[in-house]
Amino acid sequence: MTTLPNRELLDVPTEENLPPPTPGEFADEATVIRSQWQLFWRRFLRHRMAVISSLVLVLLVFVCFSASWLAPFPKDHQNLTIGATGPSMKHWFGTDDLGRDQLTEIMFAGQISLKIGLAVAVISTLIGTVLGALAGYFSRWTDQLLMRATDLFLVVPAIAILAIAIKKFGNSASTIILILAALGWMYIARVVRSQILSVKEKEYVEAARASGASSARIIVRHLLPNTIGPILVNATLAIAAAIITESTLSFLGFGVQPPTTSWGRMLADAEGYVGTAKAHLLYFPGLALLITVLCVNFIGDGLRDAFDPQSVR
Amino acid sequence: MPSYVARRLAYSIPVLLIASFLLFAFVRATFDPTARLRASRDPHAIQRERARLGLDKPIVVQYKDWLVKFTHGDWGQSSRTHDRVAPMVRGALWNTIQLIFWGILVSAVVAIAIGIYSAVRQYSLGDYAFTSLSFIGLAMPPFWFGLIAIQFLAAGPRNWFHLTNPPFFFVGLHSVDASGVVDYARHLVLPVLTLTVQIIASWSRYERASMLDAMSGDYVRAARAKGLSSWGVIFKHAFRNALIPLVTVMALDIGLLFGGLVITEQIFSIPGMGKLFIDSLIQGDANVLVVWTVVTAAFVIGFNLLADVAYGALDPRIRYA
Amino acid sequence: MPSDDLSVDELEGVEPEAPPDVPRDAVLSVRNLHVDFPSDDGPVHAVDNVSFDVFENEIVGIVGESGSGKSVTSMAIMGLLPKRAQISGEVYFRGRALRDLPDKQLRRIRGAKIAMVFQDALTALDPVYTVGAQIAEAITVHDRHIGKADVQDRVVELLRLVGIPNPGHRAKEYPHEFSGGMRQRAMIAMSIANEPDVLIADEPTTALDVTIQAQVLEVMERIQERTNSAIILITHDLGVVAGLADRVMVMYAGRAVETGTVDEIFYSPQHPYTLGLLASLPRLDEDSRRVRLHRIKGQPPSLVHVPSGCAFHPRCQFARLPAPCSTEVPALRAIDDLDHVAACHFSEDVVKVRPDDLKTEAS
Repeated sequence: MTTLPNRELLDVPTEENLPPPTPGEFADEATVIRSQWQLFWRRFLRHRMAVISSLVLVLLVFVCFSASWLAPFPKDHQNLTIGATGPSMKHWFGTDDLGRDQLTEIMFAGQISLKIGLAVAVISTLIGTVLGALAGYFSRWTDQLLMRATDLFLVVPAIAILAIAIKKFGNSASTIILILAALGWMYIARVVRSQILSVKEKEYVEAARASGASSARIIVRHLLPNTIGPILVNATLAIAAAIITESTLSFLGFGVQPPTTSWGRMLADAEGYVGTAKAHLLYFPGLALLITVLCVNFIGDGLRDAFDPQSVR
Repeated sequence: MPSYVARRLAYSIPVLLIASFLLFAFVRATFDPTARLRASRDPHAIQRERARLGLDKPIVVQYKDWLVKFTHGDWGQSSRTHDRVAPMVRGALWNTIQLIFWGILVSAVVAIAIGIYSAVRQYSLGDYAFTSLSFIGLAMPPFWFGLIAIQFLAAGPRNWFHLTNPPFFFVGLHSVDASGVVDYARHLVLPVLTLTVQIIASWSRYERASMLDAMSGDYVRAARAKGLSSWGVIFKHAFRNALIPLVTVMALDIGLLFGGLVITEQIFSIPGMGKLFIDSLIQGDANVLVVWTVVTAAFVIGFNLLADVAYGALDPRIRYA
Repeated sequence: MPSDDLSVDELEGVEPEAPPDVPRDAVLSVRNLHVDFPSDDGPVHAVDNVSFDVFENEIVGIVGESGSGKSVTSMAIMGLLPKRAQISGEVYFRGRALRDLPDKQLRRIRGAKIAMVFQDALTALDPVYTVGAQIAEAITVHDRHIGKADVQDRVVELLRLVGIPNPGHRAKEYPHEFSGGMRQRAMIAMSIANEPDVLIADEPTTALDVTIQAQVLEVMERIQERTNSAIILITHDLGVVAGLADRVMVMYAGRAVETGTVDEIFYSPQHPYTLGLLASLPRLDEDSRRVRLHRIKGQPPSLVHVPSGCAFHPRCQFARLPAPCSTEVPALRAIDDLDHVAACHFSEDVVKVRPDDLKTEAS
């Protein structure tokens, strides 16, 4: 074929033109010699939504975790005389039945939602990476075990297993984190496994093995660095998934219990106000959730593009 | 082809057996059917009840006994109400099957239409709009979407315009005092929307990507070189090929659909399998939960089998031998 | 008779608006074709001011490395370049300007009057339809009134024509059940289904084993004798061209650098690039242990940053730098025969060198 760069045919938005490299016979060489990480950052920064999302998310995390100083009212500060009111200058997001300021509540609830999302992503990524790498590298029975185990979990809706498990083990925030992570690692394990399987056949791994490197060394030095992209992308998306799952469990009545609140918990409490004058209680915690998950997904998307400019999805 | 289906079925049965055993053990370990007797003054009451229910035997034996009864149509009694489980599940299944049927139909049709449009008019205003919507659809907890939909499409309009009935109903699948297709449709719109919003968002993105992939294929160029019109090429060649990966994803997501049922039926008070699950879980009704998980698993496996067959029918390169 | 075909003939009756420099008897003429693709690093100049003619019954070879613009040229002729391609220049089919035609009329020409054989039949055949169905599609697209049985007969006949054994049975098989050579034959059968006036074959043998290559080329030759189609043979393989083509156009970095008859190109090349290519070919009558083949130094240029002046100058041993070679784009010009032209400032020097002179003694 011709020299159309391959990705031209794929779904990558047109990027801005680069400054012309230093003149020379084969000017392209100048663009080739760039470190992987520089390239990675350049591509990530070019993904406008991912950059904006990172900023928004950092701001959101900062605001939530500085709630003790930033929040306009103390946590759970009640004002029974005003009851539930809509948004106003004093209460930007309105108040609930007990006169609690919703902005304050959302900031504190966000701590729990974000904590759960982050912790679940970190723990399940760690478990998933280790088990996925083992399964991918040693194939045989570990691999079989992993694949069959995931087959088993695919046949029952995850939400059902999670709900039963929470019923059994309790619904404190840390228990919920462990339960979500215990079920969440399988997806990442499958991703890591398939990555390892494809990298394992590459020549440089063969070469390392031929020169007598130990399995542990090959996994840590050669295989994992080459799967870091998919791992990071999926860890990011796992944050979003965990936040949504937690909120869903809360809504069904299996999430954190008062006095601890999360965004999902706030929404569960507001369910009864649909179609009433207090419907505003339904909007703001949901928007907080939506914005957080949206940002995380965009960041994941940006990471994916940055690691793998060829990918379409 | 028949032998292929047979082999898939042969693999599914042990998966179902092991899954159901694990779930059986898990549910048994979680809920104690004798819990309500704890307040009893008779110190031997619990022991007698345990012996009566066979709870003193090893879990494997318990499972075997349960399985034998289950396969003979004796699905046991509710631990709470002592109603027979089989009719309960059957009634719930009927409502759920309606939701699933409409859910899959709507999501497939809408997602494919959006996906094709977005791929063919890549980077158009419409493509950007659908892309943004799908990002929002994926980032929205479905239950919140359901509540918002009720607020803006049903309860809200009823209050604003002082209607006796909202434009779309949001409780159950039928009105008490009315029937007919219109009434049914007005009940279905919001639950089906809630059930499918995430799936439409995800499938339409997938269909878009696989359409773009197919459209960049040489066979699409070759078909155009033959003199086919652009739309002829899109439907006869690109779409037909893009359907193959989509079916795989659809099969994988069926489990997600069942999960969505739990939320949807809860919000819209539809007495289906999802509602049955939540109610039994809250009441600690172990017998119903066990049956529920096994029936659900059987359904998911059945759908996966169906998808496998469809996959084989769509792609001549798949060998059944 | 099919109405679609009639309308094309009607159009042929209208003596077209072709400019005087387009020969009346040419089946296909390309004039000043430019194709650019936008890219991250700036526009890719895939085709840069290419003009040529194809006459009835002849086989024209277009030769060049990958990236020389030969495939893009063929796609531009078919009107199948992606939308983001920026195209200027014109393509005339029997004097009619194709680029001005609405898609509907262009479709009547595509596949019926100008057909194409793709490089890789494995990817160019749709995996989900039988080979027979795809050939049948090529027929029915241009003739909607033809009966089912007639189509089937024609499909089998076409498969037999390209030398596929047991064609009735093979028509019902899928592309993945065919071997590479058989697939390419099926592809050829599909392209000649409507007896096109021009057949564009884009590297028809590149994906095949050497022995199969010869068979497929033989099929093409037989087809040409039978149907009198003009064939544009696009290849990077000078050997293929030598055996088959009447005339040759050599392309480099999106530009035509030399055009002439096969003999002219092979025996008295006037462009250093052509000369270099020939010198890098082994000859059966030379001792491979004693003769070291020529190697064109350097790499093919980037099409984003095409070297100034003559695109070949960084690799050229005849170049005089800086002027004129790196400052002035050489025009195609003839030094003896009017039909043999080369885009070199120093054709007169190049023509004195024979390819074998560039080969060196192995030490």
